[in-house]
Amino acid sequence: MYLLNPPDTMAYINLPTQLPGIRGLMAFRPTIAAPLNGLAEALLRTDEGISKGERELIGTLVSALNGCVFCQSVHGAVAQYYFKNQPDLIAQVKADYHTAPIPDKLKALLEIAEKVQQGGKHVTEQHIQAARVHGASDLEIHDTVLIAAAFCMFNRYVDGLGTFTPTDSAFFQERGRKIAEETGYAGSDPHQ
Amino acid sequence: MYEYMPHISLPDQVPGIRSLALFRPDTAAHLYGLAQVLLRGPSPLSIAERELMAAFVSYRNQCTFCMSSHAAAARYLYQDEAGTVDLALYDYLHAPISDKLKALLTIAGRVQTDARTVSAEDVALARMYGADDRDIHDTVLIAATFCLFNRYVDGLATLTPPAGDPAYAVMGERMGTLGYVPPQPT
Repeated sequence: MYLLNPPDTMAYINLPTQLPGIRGLMAFRPTIAAPLNGLAEALLRTDEGISKGERELIGTLVSALNGCVFCQSVHGAVAQYYFKNQPDLIAQVKADYHTAPIPDKLKALLEIAEKVQQGGKHVTEQHIQAARVHGASDLEIHDTVLIAAAFCMFNRYVDGLGTFTPTDSAFFQERGRKIAEETGYAGSDPHQ
Repeated sequence: MYEYMPHISLPDQVPGIRSLALFRPDTAAHLYGLAQVLLRGPSPLSIAERELMAAFVSYRNQCTFCMSSHAAAARYLYQDEAGTVDLALYDYLHAPISDKLKALLTIAGRVQTDARTVSAEDVALARMYGADDRDIHDTVLIAATFCLFNRYVDGLATLTPPAGDPAYAVMGERMGTLGYVPPQPT
């Protein structure tokens, strides 16, 4: 039932040349790309409360739960860039974040993100209290919910239109480095 | 006065997405910008059809706030045919809407459930009824975007007036006339 779109098939709409994932969509609709990139920049490129790397981890976990190969690969690579000293961290978080070597506060926030992925009403007061016990603030809880919700949008946009997903891990590593070091999201040009 | 307990401290008695926009205006600017371009900007889909899609996805996500407010906006925009909205929400395949819109709502439903289940056959059917690339693109992104808004609004347990509350008709008219403008602090 849950088939992945084979990388060599055409997207469902006529996208500019071979741009992968969301990049082809952003080239197709630049006026839509502006608020989408603005949202990603505001949510993922700040260290307020939750660090940039932790924000990328939340996006990566939600993308993995949604089975979106393109998004979990790009954002996993960005997260890996920030967690250079923990080369197995992304795989550990995706496999079981409860046992991954991360702070308890982040585990509680990832649990909230996991519930948001299932549906907003799955988040209960208990999940919120668990995060607060470990020191999570209103802003951190807010940003966790909105990051998780935003990836439920990005993942569906990318997969619902059958976009092309590269299979070469070097492609994603370079994308991750470039986003973290150079362009961010607001400065990202889909053609480069 | 509504009784409710949001998960974080939000401005009191401000419903749904508007309370979140006041909590974090910088992300709200982009979210409202997205809604305005997607639901009010140029598209082969009418504004009424796009509001109907938003309500349809929100209904499937069981988000009472988004469903009720966007259904109210769609009713306002469908004018004399406001009843179409409720017929389409509950049984779109038998509602008095075009075959093209039915095929697009099928795609929207798949995106809501799991976007990987959108098939080439679903897209071919929509094209057979006249949908073009922009119809299909806008349908997928509207459905995806409401999977964001629904989770954001419910995931933080924002104020949701009960279904049928007269507050929704007021919201629907505002959305139908003014579009998406972030609320300003009072």
